[in-house]
Amino acid sequence: MKLAATFRIALRALRRNKMRSVLTMLGIIIGVGAVIAMVGIGNGARAQVETQIASLGKNMILIFSGSTTSSGVRTGWGSAGTLKIEDAEAIAREIPTVASVSPEIRSTAQVAAGNQNWLTQLLGEGPDYFEMRQWEIAAGATFTEQEVRAASKVAVIGRTTATQLFGSADPVGQVIRVKNVPFLITGLLKPKGMSLMGSDQDDVVIVPYTTAMKRLTGDVKLRSINVQAVSAKSLPQTQQQITALLRQRHRIASGMDDDFTVRGQQEIAEMATATSKILTYLLGAIAFVSLLVGGIGIMNIMLVSVTERTREIGIRMAVGAHGRDILLQFLVEAVTLGCLGGVLGIGLGYAASEIISRLTDWPTTIPLFMVFLSFTFSAVIGIAFGLYPAWKAAALNPIDALRYE
Amino acid sequence: MAAVIRFESLSKTYRSGDVEVHAVRDVSFEVQAGEFVAIMGASGSGKSTMMNILGCLDQPTSGRYLLDGIDVSQLGRDALADIRNQKLGFVFQGFNLLSRTSALENVELPLMYARSPQSAKELHGRALTALETVGLGGRAGHHPNQLSGGQQQRVAIARALVNEPALLLADEPTGNLDSRTSIEIMETFQTLNERGMTIVMVTHEHDIALFTKRNVVMRDGVIVSDIRVPQRSVARDELRRLDAATKTAQLAP
Repeated sequence: MKLAATFRIALRALRRNKMRSVLTMLGIIIGVGAVIAMVGIGNGARAQVETQIASLGKNMILIFSGSTTSSGVRTGWGSAGTLKIEDAEAIAREIPTVASVSPEIRSTAQVAAGNQNWLTQLLGEGPDYFEMRQWEIAAGATFTEQEVRAASKVAVIGRTTATQLFGSADPVGQVIRVKNVPFLITGLLKPKGMSLMGSDQDDVVIVPYTTAMKRLTGDVKLRSINVQAVSAKSLPQTQQQITALLRQRHRIASGMDDDFTVRGQQEIAEMATATSKILTYLLGAIAFVSLLVGGIGIMNIMLVSVTERTREIGIRMAVGAHGRDILLQFLVEAVTLGCLGGVLGIGLGYAASEIISRLTDWPTTIPLFMVFLSFTFSAVIGIAFGLYPAWKAAALNPIDALRYE
Repeated sequence: MAAVIRFESLSKTYRSGDVEVHAVRDVSFEVQAGEFVAIMGASGSGKSTMMNILGCLDQPTSGRYLLDGIDVSQLGRDALADIRNQKLGFVFQGFNLLSRTSALENVELPLMYARSPQSAKELHGRALTALETVGLGGRAGHHPNQLSGGQQQRVAIARALVNEPALLLADEPTGNLDSRTSIEIMETFQTLNERGMTIVMVTHEHDIALFTKRNVVMRDGVIVSDIRVPQRSVARDELRRLDAATKTAQLAP
């Protein structure tokens, strides 16, 4: 029998029981829908995180002062102040795979300009910081090596801070006061947007770390050190060497915990994607269970259908249908159920990811191969769960089938 | 003329538990081309088993069955299906049409399972010709539930004829029909037989058997009588007589 005719018969049989067919497909619809939505959300989240990671800079390693595993009260990264400028200099000097280093001091400060004032993030950085983070200047210039060495009172400010203090006026060349110390603004940064942790990176004032230590904190301790490795490949090796060097410099006996934390960009990215991963796994589990239940649903309804149509099977066999004709007929019906469910599920998944995209501002994208894959998978489920009922139909004895009431 | 059906000491034994049931015992008989045979007998006489074997739906336990010169007693499931498709036409007591499927598509069914593929247009053409043969050319698009019992049985006959079989098998074809419609169906059979179709029919109605040319009576799995019908009823005349009787009844005060 021709395949086209087989399909026509299958479609007619399904149309005869519309409600039943739709309910049977529901499991597949939800399963495939979940898969598509999952992929859409996962891709969206990944794209989002990738932009944020890229905003960190390339091949970055962050060294935080203070151990997160020290006994007693734990005060968080950077607070213990175990990193010193000499550590940063040693890293730059002794590890060949390090491209550049910027010691970092971080605090919040009330800054004022004219009659305006604003509470903002204050960063003390080295001259290479802007290049490392690929943070471009919108106007003016960043501070120089000399200015850092001389602990000059110069500052580079972010867009948000500039807007808060100067409105739409050009801030370059103006003076801001930080803790009553006047700083000359040499440059305005291009906006960088939200950080991985969700804070506004443009709400910032960046001064040379030397100036920050001398004029503002009066301290010689660093919160962290930003390190850029020469390549992505050298990242793990560089991380290991930094750890070894710092342990040696801090005289930490083997077996004791570090008093600092070294984190590569990859680890930071992984932390950030952890949430979206959990969501992905959850949806994946729902999808799997749903597809399984959907498959069982198809098998169930196909078994009912075979019993209901025993006489029809008998008639078909009496007029010359082979076992495999009957097998194919019921298999095609099951596959049609699976495929139709798959198509509707893909539609549902698109709709769901579109809604989530609107709600979260994530750019959800669904790759075409995923659509093909879920469609194929639905078809495979139709075959897998339709095979037994179809085989049962094909194995019927024509005499018994004809006499079946 | 070659025999269309030839049973050579054919037996069929069923086994239900420890009991062996000899449904057909050592039966030998022949049906020549162009014959119109009624197989009769009480229930349990073995006539249904005979019918199943004749229709290649069941296999004999021993003996040979030659259908149109082919020994079908040792064939497998698929080969038997092809024989049913090509050599046999079935008419059942309960019509056995596919419901919610048009008369035309019901008639097309055997063509769809034919091993030589044909275009949809050819299928329609042949199915329509078969429907016209039984006088239902105008009802091709009707579904079985829109047709009377007699019309449904005629669709079933058209389905049996569409592959131009060597043998038409009818299992109690008039069992579900009133007497007038039964005679109409017999008229169709007689017309087909006159054109050369070999027909074997199982029935337990004596007056229906009189429309055939030869009556075979079975009891306990053996043939107890095999005679030519001496005074054959002609369906056309019977119908005319019936119409006259109805008219008289209507005229009577």
